Amino acid sequence: MTNPSIDSPNTRSPVLVVEGLGQAYQSGSEMLHVLKDISFTLESGDFLAITGPSGSGKTTLLGLLAGLDHPVEGHVILDGTDLAGLGEDQRAVLRRDKVGFVFQAFQLIPTLTARENVQVPLELAGEPDSGARADDLLQRVGLAARGHHYPAQLSGGEQQRVALARAFSTRPTILFADEPTGNLDSATGAVVIDLMMALNAEFGTTLVLVTHDMALAAMARRTIRLADGAMLEDSSR
Amino acid sequence: MSDPWFAARLAWRDTRASWRRLLLLVAAVMAGVAALVSINSFTDNLRRSVAEQAEALLGADLVLSARADLDTNVVVTALVDSIRRAGGRDVDVARSVSLAAMAYLPRHGTARLIQLRGVDVGWPFHGEIITSPRGVWSRLQDGQAIVDPSLLTSLDAAVGDTLTVGEGRFPIVGTVVTVPGEVGLQSAFGARVYIATSRLPGTGLLGFGARAEHEIALRLPQTLASQPIADANRATLREARVRVRTVADDRDNLTSALTRLGRYLGLVALVALLLGGLGTASAVHVLIKQRMQGIAVLRCLGATSRQIVIAYLLQALFLGFVGAVLGAVLGVGIQQVMPTLFRDLLPVDVQLFVSMRAIGLGIALGCWTAMIFALLPLLAIRDVPPLATLRPSAGRTDPHRDPARLGAAFLLITSVVALAVIQVGAFRQGAWFALAGGLALGVLWLAARFTMHVARHAAPRRAPYLVRQGLANLHRPANQTVTVVLSLGFGAFLLTTLFTAQANLLRDFRIGGEGQEANMVFIDVQPDQIRILDDALRAEGIAPISTTPIVSMRLAEVDGVAVSTILAEGGGTAAPSGKATDSSAERGGLWAFRREYRSTYRDSLGPSEKVVAGRWFDGTETGTGQTPEDPAPISVEQDLAGELGIGLGSRLTWDIQGVRVHAVVQSLRTVNWARFEPNFFVIFTGRALAGAPQTSVTLASIPDPGARGRVQRRLAERAANVTSVDLGELQQALEAVVTRVVGAIRFMAIFSLLTGVIVLTGAIATSRWQRIREGTLLRTLGATRRQVLAILSVEYVALGLAAAVVATGLATVAGWALARWIFQTGFVFPWAPNLVLAGGLVCLTLVVGLHGSLDVLRRPPLEVLRND
Repeated sequence: MTNPSIDSPNTRSPVLVVEGLGQAYQSGSEMLHVLKDISFTLESGDFLAITGPSGSGKTTLLGLLAGLDHPVEGHVILDGTDLAGLGEDQRAVLRRDKVGFVFQAFQLIPTLTARENVQVPLELAGEPDSGARADDLLQRVGLAARGHHYPAQLSGGEQQRVALARAFSTRPTILFADEPTGNLDSATGAVVIDLMMALNAEFGTTLVLVTHDMALAAMARRTIRLADGAMLEDSSR
Repeated sequence: MSDPWFAARLAWRDTRASWRRLLLLVAAVMAGVAALVSINSFTDNLRRSVAEQAEALLGADLVLSARADLDTNVVVTALVDSIRRAGGRDVDVARSVSLAAMAYLPRHGTARLIQLRGVDVGWPFHGEIITSPRGVWSRLQDGQAIVDPSLLTSLDAAVGDTLTVGEGRFPIVGTVVTVPGEVGLQSAFGARVYIATSRLPGTGLLGFGARAEHEIALRLPQTLASQPIADANRATLREARVRVRTVADDRDNLTSALTRLGRYLGLVALVALLLGGLGTASAVHVLIKQRMQGIAVLRCLGATSRQIVIAYLLQALFLGFVGAVLGAVLGVGIQQVMPTLFRDLLPVDVQLFVSMRAIGLGIALGCWTAMIFALLPLLAIRDVPPLATLRPSAGRTDPHRDPARLGAAFLLITSVVALAVIQVGAFRQGAWFALAGGLALGVLWLAARFTMHVARHAAPRRAPYLVRQGLANLHRPANQTVTVVLSLGFGAFLLTTLFTAQANLLRDFRIGGEGQEANMVFIDVQPDQIRILDDALRAEGIAPISTTPIVSMRLAEVDGVAVSTILAEGGGTAAPSGKATDSSAERGGLWAFRREYRSTYRDSLGPSEKVVAGRWFDGTETGTGQTPEDPAPISVEQDLAGELGIGLGSRLTWDIQGVRVHAVVQSLRTVNWARFEPNFFVIFTGRALAGAPQTSVTLASIPDPGARGRVQRRLAERAANVTSVDLGELQQALEAVVTRVVGAIRFMAIFSLLTGVIVLTGAIATSRWQRIREGTLLRTLGATRRQVLAILSVEYVALGLAAAVVATGLATVAGWALARWIFQTGFVFPWAPNLVLAGGLVCLTLVVGLHGSLDVLRRPPLEVLRND
């Protein structure tokens, strides 16, 4: 199977190409359009913040960009691969190889220790030395001594740092973060953001951040503002 | 390339982190496997014990037996002579004769029905008879008797007393402890008394009308193999109405019977395993619900749904394996109590050993059950979208049209049929079992859904809040209605069916004791003894209820064809399944042509009879049967007519002590054989048989035990050959046997109930957190602990009631079907035991339910709300 790819005239190749993206859900007898005609391109190493009020479609857009959901119209081309042409398992493999996630609710697997949570993407990718790499990443996020703890035994900040270590474990091409500080107090949130930025800089990962925290959005090089499912603003610093 | 061990590693990590919750899944499989391993292992033990003790079971290398004296049978004497010629002095021959008789103890004037056995020197050639005191067996030949210990108790006798049997007197020299090949419960129908064969004629019990079983036992030298001799002479002996048995015959027959018994008991155990499978499915269903978020994360991180399904399938397999291994260990332990459970029912001394075959089969079935039942709910993993990490409510697909689910359901059904077929060893029975089980589960499921519907729509609106809240728990999300009604209901259904079947089986054998219903039967009353019996009864102020003449006869011709010709040609008929004969030789058919008939003559139909074709005697019949042209009209039992291949108008010629009597079939009857009444295959008119040699059976009602004893004593003194059977004692003996057999089945059925309790515990455990939250919320809103307890009590009583009502309803249908088609009798529902069982089930549900929910009452509200 061949996937459509984009030829880039720039030196930095586009990591994410979004063309006329739209999403709608059936609500009774009517279709409810929650996202309309979203188009933009993101290049390697970019840092994009998607902002907007509650219900504006931020999380819906993030789900479509990461291949977690299917759009009713438009295309998402992730690192040269059109997601529309992929089946569920092919999308899973693409996420495994190229995508990292950080969630507002941390989303650590409760039955795995912190170390094992970090190991999961590496093991899925067939990384032979997943344990050592997980230890290294946990050390980087300051949790070397907490590797054997289960998520329930960690604080919110610690859990989000484990999630960060897991997100960067496979050196993803692009990292999607959904309100990564939403469940943390401001001090802990700042620590997490600093860590995320540092890892982003080190690994050259493209960062897509969904937030309604304007201070956090201000740290991004580019901001897309949504309202009622439409792209209201696309600004770069 | 993804890590090939990822799924296995994930399964292990998940199991390790939540092993306490998964213990119930292990337990669900464990109980069923324990039941299966115990019964299959015990069956293997039995088979090996039969093989090892086969020689002792028969007591000889070759045994010839018949209802008539074998010394006068030319075929038998010729065969024994030829064996003696071939084997020389190394051939040993011993005779034995068995018959029912009365034993009388003059010292106390007490009498009892006994099974008298006369044996020659040397009998048995194989196996050891253990007596108390030891070593007195040889003293039988001195004219002494060895008896069952139970006879001493019932006659208030002791070793050293003299016993009168018929006209013979025998000092009791000891008691029997074990006799190879004899079943302990046999003595319930008459205590065993052993004497020397040479002393039997002195009792006067072998005269006309005696029903004795004669045996010739042979010990052969190693140069003579018994089986070829038996095979070569079987047909000739059959024609001469002699049965022949070898060690191999007995071993094969017994092995096959015990294997069948084991397999059917194993089916009851299989029910427990399948219920465990349902428990597994229910636990996995809840597990997947709890793991949804983690599964969504895994999918976000790049795991395919296939990898996750495999991981959880491996987990189910692993837990199934652990449960199966623990079950196998438990089963081996339970196997140790099996000999006690089957005590007095088996003819062999069971040597216990660990059967690796049974253990292997149990573990394999346990693993397979866990995996196959887990598969269907595990497929729900594929419905968990990675988007659920962002939106927990996200979901997809219509499960009803999912080909994978349909495939898994098909695999599940096929597996259940296959498991049943493997267990029962025959496709047809296995498939029927699976169908019946499926139907029962289907009804239980429908009933559970109906209960939920009633709880939702028809719960009393004016009932107190606590009742309404408790009933609402039956239909709200995460309710346990289906799980509890299915799991506990099925176990209760099995047990209730057993109680119902047992009650119906024994009902027809119940003796009234009041009024005119007979409680004593006097057998083999000679014509000149009728007056003696009459006098003995009248002395107690009792008149006999009925005296029925009995004429022994054999079939000589059927529609002009000699029976010897039919037997020689093989006949082509088969013995009916309901009237199994006692030897493998007869099981092949022709029993109806070969047997000795004990017929009667009378003008009226008995209460247990019904004419289904032709007409009953109306007094106009004139046939005497003396010539073929003047046949006597007869009425033939319907099934027998089928066996003989005859109908209305068929001509039968009978041989009565050498005299030919010609008969024509005038009617066909059905007979309820289960009733305690003299019933007959063939009935003549008085005109044909009144002058034939005959004995009588007399029925009498003697309610006073003292009067019964006095009548028995007078008969023992003046008509010693008359056997008096106390139907009350016979009824007790029958009840003892049925109770013991049903008890063994019930023991296996209890595992189903045990599995039901495990599944119920699992259901409570899996919804525990939700219940704690709800209880806490109620308490936060002002409900007292007592009120929360009341709500939970209403819920569990309602659940228990639903399971009990449905189980009782199903058992009533099953019991009726058994009574109608298997026992062929009327149906009554035994209210008392089944109400106790239903009440017990409600209490069990309440106790297990409340015990599992204690945390709801114990946890402080604040702790729960903080954790939420």
